[in-house]
Amino acid sequence: MENSAPPANQELFVAAEQSEKFNTLKKRHRSFVLPVAVLFLVWYFVYVLLADYAHEFMATPVFGNVNIGLLLGLGQFVTTFAITTWYVSYANRRLDPLADEIRTDLENQEAGR
Amino acid sequence: MTPTSVGDPILNIAIFAAFVIITLVIVIRASRNNKTAADYYAAGRSFTGPQNGTAIAGDYLSAASFLGIAGAIAVNGYDGFLYSIGFLVAWLVALLLVAELLRNTGKFTMADVLSFRLKERPVRMAAAISTLAVCFFYLLAQMAGAGGLVALLLGINDKFGQGIVIAIVGAIMIVYVLVGGMKGTTWVQIVKAALLIIGAGIMTIWVLALFGFNLSELLGAAQANAPEGKDLLAPGAQYGLTDLSRIDFLSLALALVLGTAGLPHVLMRFYTVPTAKEARKSVVWAIWAIGIFYLFTLVLGYGAGALVGADAILAAPGGVNSAAPLLAFELGGTVLLGIISAVAFATILAVVAGLTITAATSFAHDIYANVIKKGKVDPNGEVKTARITVVVIGILSILGGILAQGQNIAFLVALAFAIAASANLPTILYSLFWKKFTTRGALWSMYGGLGTAIFLIIFSPVVSGGAINEATGLSSSMLQGVDFQWFPLNNPGIISIPVGFLLGFLGTITSSKKEDPKIAAEMDVRSLTGYGAEGATKH
Repeated sequence: MENSAPPANQELFVAAEQSEKFNTLKKRHRSFVLPVAVLFLVWYFVYVLLADYAHEFMATPVFGNVNIGLLLGLGQFVTTFAITTWYVSYANRRLDPLADEIRTDLENQEAGR
Repeated sequence: MTPTSVGDPILNIAIFAAFVIITLVIVIRASRNNKTAADYYAAGRSFTGPQNGTAIAGDYLSAASFLGIAGAIAVNGYDGFLYSIGFLVAWLVALLLVAELLRNTGKFTMADVLSFRLKERPVRMAAAISTLAVCFFYLLAQMAGAGGLVALLLGINDKFGQGIVIAIVGAIMIVYVLVGGMKGTTWVQIVKAALLIIGAGIMTIWVLALFGFNLSELLGAAQANAPEGKDLLAPGAQYGLTDLSRIDFLSLALALVLGTAGLPHVLMRFYTVPTAKEARKSVVWAIWAIGIFYLFTLVLGYGAGALVGADAILAAPGGVNSAAPLLAFELGGTVLLGIISAVAFATILAVVAGLTITAATSFAHDIYANVIKKGKVDPNGEVKTARITVVVIGILSILGGILAQGQNIAFLVALAFAIAASANLPTILYSLFWKKFTTRGALWSMYGGLGTAIFLIIFSPVVSGGAINEATGLSSSMLQGVDFQWFPLNNPGIISIPVGFLLGFLGTITSSKKEDPKIAAEMDVRSLTGYGAEGATKH
């Protein structure tokens, strides 16, 4: 009843999942999103711990009334924007073409069955 | 400035009424094509990425963001800023790990994805219950915000009068959702997000101009106007006082960053676009819009601290939440105040509408159609149930809003995030990334995470036994005069989130019954390629 837009053929999916193309896609996806997720979470928690336990350090003035804490906080904005842009360009180059190819293959097989 | 209200209440109401009329026309026009369940719940999957991204920003930039964060920065300085960073970084979790995979495997709700390869009815029921719980806390926060705003802007100080205004806001919201469904609600979000960002942008430039576009001078002025002995520019003013409050802050930070990708009303927005690629584009738009908006709130918060002053803000009828409206009054007098408060009202209205349609969809689609009726219900009956649920939730949120007046809204929202991160996110991530994940793991994780979070909240200072404010003699807790608190933290995330993840893991490795590997293969292929995902409906 659920998720059955085209007639589901499970053998088709099992074969597709084991195909080389799909494995490449899965590897490309995971080898990007998982390390990057770990990276930004670590950076976020380092920042949070500094804000929580290193008040003196964060209050060190850099110029005028702007201190290290504010710069690191703004740094979180910069890295968030940067990772977003990076992922989009990676997905456009490395993920989407392959995913489209596999999907088209599946649709053709489905139609030819 | 009189102590009871600022600005001209008639003008405030007139500007807000204009917003309501304009959006109502849009909603009625947008809803002409609402025919199927996909139209009502997912706007026919016809929105583009940028449109949906703006709507996500509209959904996400709630009254807590605008009023709560600006107020927290004005009063507590740097510690208020930390809220906005958690709220923003959290979007990377949604972008990288959740949005596209979810769009490819589900239909209307989070439960669709979870029940894809797990035992449908128990998992759906659990997901629907946690969806309703998150929506409830979030609604409470928004409605509490409405009460504070009413006190400030319309000069209505007695609880009865405020209650009536909350009821009117709730009634307008019910009309939006009933008439417009997801499509109408989305348009309200888009209009509201644009107004909010433009309004905050104008105020930001204005504040910066007053300080010669020199951030350092603005910070200095805010600090000069700060209460004795409070350092607004360094962290620690709110959370750095004791060891306990530091752990509380860590707990909050964890809940904020992991909560977003588990918020049901955010997840549901990914289904209003035709493809995973558009879902990705929506998140990218949302990240830019939300990020830029939070940079504005940084300036507005310190601006309010510098130009209005923390003491004046805390003494105002809306308390902390009145910082942004008071700043608007300081800058542009009654007209700007009227515009900004209308935007704030619109914000509450739009977010409440988004939450209500999510909760109603979850109830009608997951509990009614798939659990009670076992899928044997025609889509019309399902949509009808959803509409009835909208009215019920609307009435409940009006009552809740009347009860929750005076609570800090950013903080109530943080509780909703903690529940979302404990009950929803572990199961979503496990079912998308771990093939061996089982039904038992999902149930343990969802009920365990939800139960732990709510249990700890009940016995926390939020509900009872909070510190007594010497000036007013009132406790900071929801309940006055009772004390059954033993859990010391305000935010349960640091315990309940690991519990959610751990239970999902334990439930899975102890399951004797393995899930069907063929369906797991199907989900794997679909989630990454988008094969078989339901596209836009054509009219």
